[in-house]
Amino acid sequence: MDDLLSEFLTETSESLSTLDVELVKLEQNPNDPDILSNIFRLVHTIKGTCGFLGLPRLEAVAHAGENVLGKIRDGELVVTAEAVTLVLESIDTIKYLLGELEQNEAEPDGNDADLIARLNHFADTGTILGGSAPAAAAAPEPEPVEEPPLDVPESGVAVDSDALQAAFDATEVDPEFATSSEPEAPAPAPAPPAAAKSQQVAPAKKPAAEQKAEAPRGEAKESSVAAQTIRVNVELLENLMTLVSELVLTRNQLLQMVRGKDDSEFTVPLQRLSHITTDLQEGVMKTRMQPIGNAWAKLPRIVRDLALEMNKKIDLQMIGADTELDRQVLELIKDPLTHMVRNSADHGLEDIPGRREAGKPETGTVTLNAYHEGGHIIIEISDDGRGLNLDRIKAKAIANGLTTESELEGMAEQQIQQFIFKPGFSTAEKVTSVSGRGVGMDVVRTNIEKIGGTVELKSVEGRGSTFIIKIPLTLAIVSALIVESGGERFAIPQISVLELVRASNNSEHSIERIHDTPVLRLRNRLLPLVTLKKILGLDTKEESDEGVDEEAFIVVAQVGTYSFGIIVDRVFDTEEIVVKPVAPILRDLSLFSGNTILGDGSVIMILDPNGIATRTGEITVGGSQGVEGKAKTDASDRETTSMLVFRAGGSEVRAVPLALVARLEEIDVENIEHSNGRPLVQYRGKLMPLVFIDGSYQMKAEGRQPTLVFQDRERTMGLVVDEIVDIVDDVLNVELTADQDGLVGSAVIDGKATDLIDAGYYLELAFSDWFGTEDNGGEKKRVLLIDDSPFFRNLLTPMLSVAGFRVTAVETAEQAMELKNRGDLFDAIISDIEMPGMNGFEFAEALQNDEQWGEVPIIALSSHTSEEDFERGRQVGFSDYVAKFDRDALVSTLVQTLSNV
Amino acid sequence: MSDSNALVPSHERGGALDLGGDSQDFVTAYIGKQLFGIPVLTVQDVLGPQRITRIPLAPPEVAGSLNLRGRIVTAIDVRKRLGLRDKDDDNPGMSIVVDQGGELYSLMVDQVGEVLSVPKKAFEQNPATLDPRWREFSDGIFRLDKKLLVILDVTRLLDFTSSIKQAG
Repeated sequence: MDDLLSEFLTETSESLSTLDVELVKLEQNPNDPDILSNIFRLVHTIKGTCGFLGLPRLEAVAHAGENVLGKIRDGELVVTAEAVTLVLESIDTIKYLLGELEQNEAEPDGNDADLIARLNHFADTGTILGGSAPAAAAAPEPEPVEEPPLDVPESGVAVDSDALQAAFDATEVDPEFATSSEPEAPAPAPAPPAAAKSQQVAPAKKPAAEQKAEAPRGEAKESSVAAQTIRVNVELLENLMTLVSELVLTRNQLLQMVRGKDDSEFTVPLQRLSHITTDLQEGVMKTRMQPIGNAWAKLPRIVRDLALEMNKKIDLQMIGADTELDRQVLELIKDPLTHMVRNSADHGLEDIPGRREAGKPETGTVTLNAYHEGGHIIIEISDDGRGLNLDRIKAKAIANGLTTESELEGMAEQQIQQFIFKPGFSTAEKVTSVSGRGVGMDVVRTNIEKIGGTVELKSVEGRGSTFIIKIPLTLAIVSALIVESGGERFAIPQISVLELVRASNNSEHSIERIHDTPVLRLRNRLLPLVTLKKILGLDTKEESDEGVDEEAFIVVAQVGTYSFGIIVDRVFDTEEIVVKPVAPILRDLSLFSGNTILGDGSVIMILDPNGIATRTGEITVGGSQGVEGKAKTDASDRETTSMLVFRAGGSEVRAVPLALVARLEEIDVENIEHSNGRPLVQYRGKLMPLVFIDGSYQMKAEGRQPTLVFQDRERTMGLVVDEIVDIVDDVLNVELTADQDGLVGSAVIDGKATDLIDAGYYLELAFSDWFGTEDNGGEKKRVLLIDDSPFFRNLLTPMLSVAGFRVTAVETAEQAMELKNRGDLFDAIISDIEMPGMNGFEFAEALQNDEQWGEVPIIALSSHTSEEDFERGRQVGFSDYVAKFDRDALVSTLVQTLSNV
Repeated sequence: MSDSNALVPSHERGGALDLGGDSQDFVTAYIGKQLFGIPVLTVQDVLGPQRITRIPLAPPEVAGSLNLRGRIVTAIDVRKRLGLRDKDDDNPGMSIVVDQGGELYSLMVDQVGEVLSVPKKAFEQNPATLDPRWREFSDGIFRLDKKLLVILDVTRLLDFTSSIKQAG
């Protein structure tokens, strides 16, 4: 192909992708003159170059487009969605023509009279020809090729010319050669989106043709901006890279030879050579890196088109566009990213009525977020749409024969969601023009895994989905700390290193041991330590263990929120390294994230702090939300409860629902007084009785004792405990009903068997009349509580009693019916919805026309409080609907309901 | 392949080769006294002793990795791979660098010999009695004048997944 032509194609296709972005921006800020003039310039440039190369058809379209833009710029026309669509259409046509041009090296036959006519009409009258419907749909384009297969730009890489300049400076290229090569290099390439840091204020771009015509080179301000990037073939860069590596090796050999001799005449020049080589190496390495924004450049346009077509309002947020990654990786993730954003916008987000119904703002948000973390590049794609529909996934999984119903039964939500990554799995009900074409998430996952990445998925039905792509630092430059252990050197990515500590017996930091497990006191915290030698199996001598205690270097590393120390023998320097993937046969070594060649030419393994953390067993990765709850089909299965976990009298952990605890206090043992043989403490001007977990409990002799304070109205009570362990949100599932006083039962909380204490028991212990056995006036309202879960009965009974009701609790609706038949009377009924046997709805229906109980208000208690549930409840005769765990609401509803009667 | 015969200083090896219009070329190597052959086109480089970085936790047959002109090459101890004892002499050994699926591997052997062109008709299947490990890594045997040339199947030699299964 003609050099000039291929140059033109490369350049124009880059201008076009910039144009897409700019036009969408313009639509959002119609009055921004900067954006507008930038767009105008881009189109003008294309037109000018076409004319120069003798491409009449292309020129005609660009000219008509430019006309419209010119009018807009001059304020004669207003920017509207239609106008932008029309201009975008002309750009699509240009793309199509370029595609043809690239394949056949000639413009295709035919003309674009229709489009041009419409553009001209709009330019003249400001109205769209042929109705105001978004023209894109009716566009008579010859098969609008959205993405013409332009290979030319793909094979070139835009390079920050600073880096190149540095490289050239270092090599001191013959200036004559530099100038003579100028015409070869497409001198004033339009700053491609590659210069994305400055993308917001996309600099002025002028093509060679125009520039020659208008301004002598280098004079105009604009051209100096445009000259900041040039295009270089990637292969050339690769070769440069290899050459530089060779150069480094040779330099090192020379250094080695001179090292022995003190005053060699070579010392000074060699030093200089050494520095230059290092700079050169760095410069060349940097040429490979590109901001991820390059892969995003097309997305605003895609999302905008999609929003118009699907009649949605979509806000695309892009964060961290300047996160740099290797251009090879960039190319590989471009398509998966586009696909996922499309998916989010198309399937993820609801349409406007749908969003309104769900109580969300009309404009849906798709967020792209890229950042470095723990030596990986993380890209998050999240939407606030409807989330994954589990039922539909289940149905589809069964239909595709991927699983069986019984298998699904035992699966956690997360596992079920994973099905969307299986081949041929699309839950889109209909194929739209944008997605659902059968290219599914499986392709996305395969592509990402090909470069050693992972995709994670988090989705909450009704709240949206987030995909998290994690790409290892393949080929990315990282700063790494070089350490030695067991005679070998290793690199630890600086990004996960928090600090270095030198520990010895005489310094303030020394390694202590708990049953042979080394730990380090660091700023009032215990830091778990791992010995690198040991986990790498380099520990040959047994006694080396003792040696470690004498003096050791500890690299404090952080993975997520977990920090730990790595004991190494020596710490060298930090070095900038290019991470290379390890050979396939070594990929399963999770302790290494890659390997690299150091400045001195030796190969070094790069440690993966993640892998080390996992190896030491401190981190459980993903899926830890077990399936322990499957035996029970209690409505509370999916609902998490905040539990206060504590220890009191013995090593076992106990828990109490956090909702019941008013405050946590520490009471000084000295302040405890006794009255009538019972311990009391003055608390906020009142006397607060203290109770212990059981009769045998021993308080500390001195110091402070943690206490859980339960409060209701005027009364407070303190439960003395040894230690408050944690507050845990977990699915509460009482598994054993204990017969022991003071215990509701046991549950698995945070993976540990935990005793749940019966707060009611201790309340009664403190005030024998807490639950109103005194019964003054008989005014108390009688409440019937129906709940199949013993935990809830035990939780609610004391609570309601405290609130002044006389509570009768039964397990099933059938038992309640028995009470009714016996002739018992109640002022109100609180009923669970999901119960074995007769459920809450059926129960309420049965009561609706009952003589005795027909008038008794029934309050539904459920973890499902959607509008629909509410409506259904009202129909069958519930007077109100209260969410479980919301005790205040329950009490106030009850009071209100009863006062209405 | 046969036109690369010119490179091969093999004719003095005698009889059998003269007949070979249809021959194959191998880079030969010794491990102990056994002669091995690796198809010449898979060979990238022949190296002398190199500085090798050990890789902890790697399979024992992986000797480490080394830097070959800016590329990282994984060194495989062919002795260990074939289940042979470690060398007992001080010979530092040599390596044959092969390309496998875009990755470079350096096969460490005792001594690298010449490039040999052998006639296809001297080919024999592996004897059924051969050590199973050898049988897995050998493509077959060529009968040479005084020696037997064992052809190494580089793909299988470097396929650690199957051998791990085998070992386990």
